[in-house]
Amino acid sequence: MNFSKSFRNTFLVILLSLIVSACATKKTTTTVEGQMQGDVYTGTDTVKYLADGVPDRVFFATNESILTTKSRDTLRKQANWLRENSSINVVVEGHADERGTREYNLALGERRANAAKDYLITYGISADRISVISYGKERPVDSGSNPLSWSKNRRSVTVKAN
Amino acid sequence: MIRIINIFFIIFFLLSSKAYSLIEIDITRGNLDPLPIAVSPLFQDDNSKRNSINELKIENVGSEISLVVENNLKISGLFNPLSKEAFLQKPDIAHLKPRFEDWALIKAQALITGKVTIEDKKLKVEFRLWDILAGREMMALAFTTVPGNWRRVGHIISDKVYERLTGEKGYFDTRIIYVSEEGPKTARVKKLAIMDQDGFNTKYLTLGNELVLTPRFNPTSQMVTYLSYFKNLPRVYLLDIETGTQEVVGDFPGMTFAPRFSPDGKKIIMSFAKDGNSDIYTMDLENRIVERITNHPSIDTSPSYSPDNRFITFNSDRSGFQQIYVMKSDGSNVKRISFGKGLYGTPVWSPRGDLIAFTKLHKGKFYIGVMRTDGSGERLLTENYYQEAPSWSPNGRVLIFYRETKSNDKGEGFSAKLWSIDLTGYNERQVQTETDASDPSWSSLLSN
Repeated sequence: MNFSKSFRNTFLVILLSLIVSACATKKTTTTVEGQMQGDVYTGTDTVKYLADGVPDRVFFATNESILTTKSRDTLRKQANWLRENSSINVVVEGHADERGTREYNLALGERRANAAKDYLITYGISADRISVISYGKERPVDSGSNPLSWSKNRRSVTVKAN
Repeated sequence: MIRIINIFFIIFFLLSSKAYSLIEIDITRGNLDPLPIAVSPLFQDDNSKRNSINELKIENVGSEISLVVENNLKISGLFNPLSKEAFLQKPDIAHLKPRFEDWALIKAQALITGKVTIEDKKLKVEFRLWDILAGREMMALAFTTVPGNWRRVGHIISDKVYERLTGEKGYFDTRIIYVSEEGPKTARVKKLAIMDQDGFNTKYLTLGNELVLTPRFNPTSQMVTYLSYFKNLPRVYLLDIETGTQEVVGDFPGMTFAPRFSPDGKKIIMSFAKDGNSDIYTMDLENRIVERITNHPSIDTSPSYSPDNRFITFNSDRSGFQQIYVMKSDGSNVKRISFGKGLYGTPVWSPRGDLIAFTKLHKGKFYIGVMRTDGSGERLLTENYYQEAPSWSPNGRVLIFYRETKSNDKGEGFSAKLWSIDLTGYNERQVQTETDASDPSWSSLLSN
């Protein structure tokens, strides 16, 4: 009785650990296709620079507006640059990929642009200096229909407004 | 489902007890056996032919009108117009009194005949619909209009024939407003365009200088609301088609988008996005009073009223992903209605009130489907690489939407086209447009 109970418990523990490790391997196996981590684009090849070393854009996962570590790094560089160039105002454009309905993507683009804007604000840039515009899926940079192209298009771009 | 079948049964029972002809068309099921119909060229005398050439630069407008009718009936999928070469009777004689045996011989079950005269800059058209099997006239109508309206005459005849034979209003004398698209994907030029339902008489309403999206008709089809990026400020606009006047209606401190008219035409319902959050608002067009309908930190967009103005269906990701919701038109009683696998968007309430059409994304495929207004009875009509934005025909029997093709890594091979499909899931067809096209919106019946 006791033996079978402890056997069952051991079995459960083994089973659980198997499940957990299965999940873990699933999470850590990122499909690196071109320059993607998960489905977020990590490349710099299409990036224009606001100034030397200050990339203009950050990339998002599908349906997401969460800033990745890399995105936050880029936005901090933008914030530093904006602090040094206090006469320059910016527009943050929000974009989505082509794999979503048009109206939802307009809202999603707006959400992404604001995620970037909010981060710039927390790094001391006045909200008056940053306006946002969403283009939804209307202005892709990459016209391919594949996961890498889509990941380049899920972006917010900080452009000079004046 | 059983309830629906019962309703159809009752409708049919009522109709068939009213109708005295032998021919009837069941439009509630996929029609795999379309009704053979002969559309005789409308007769025109020599005097009218001369006037026709003078007025319209068309030699035989009677023939041309019959071709409009024939094409409409064919694309409905319910009729099989027979080849005119097989017709034995001359148009003028058939119009007076058909020799039913001759028409039965070529397997016609119905016959349309008519006569056209053009005099004093007026086009007079009379037509008759004949039941070949019963050997009698089913309908006779005449109307007078300006000669330039000859295609519309063909559409009105088509609507009358459709209504007489199916028991429901037609959808041929209607127009489609859409977004015309040209150029590469990364620099697409978009213009508002309007055309007859059959793809003729295309007119461009904007020049393509600014991005325009999602045009929708008001109930009388005289006004259009749409999204324009004029001066790089995405705002909801109102356009009077006849006068060409445009005005901003959604001039809020942020983006307004996803506009639609209320069924009474008095309000525009739309999304307003600010600080990363989109909610639904209405604006009364008379007194410009703005009302907030939803207040939720998620994305709320793509609102569409029920035809009785009492409810609104909309798209929200408040559950974590895009789903379809229904609420009362004051914003209370919000209920999620889509529970199938995948993401759901672009809900649009049927003009009959019983169904909501939507776009669904599941496992990398896009579907156009319908469900009942409580979310039950989900039915997917068509699957493709990319398609969205269904709009109902005014009789609620056909959906028009747009479909995009996959491009290769260089962006080649991309296209956007309008398509239509019957509510039955049959009769899927590409709708002809002069350019690439998206975001179609179907007008109401213009002649009513």
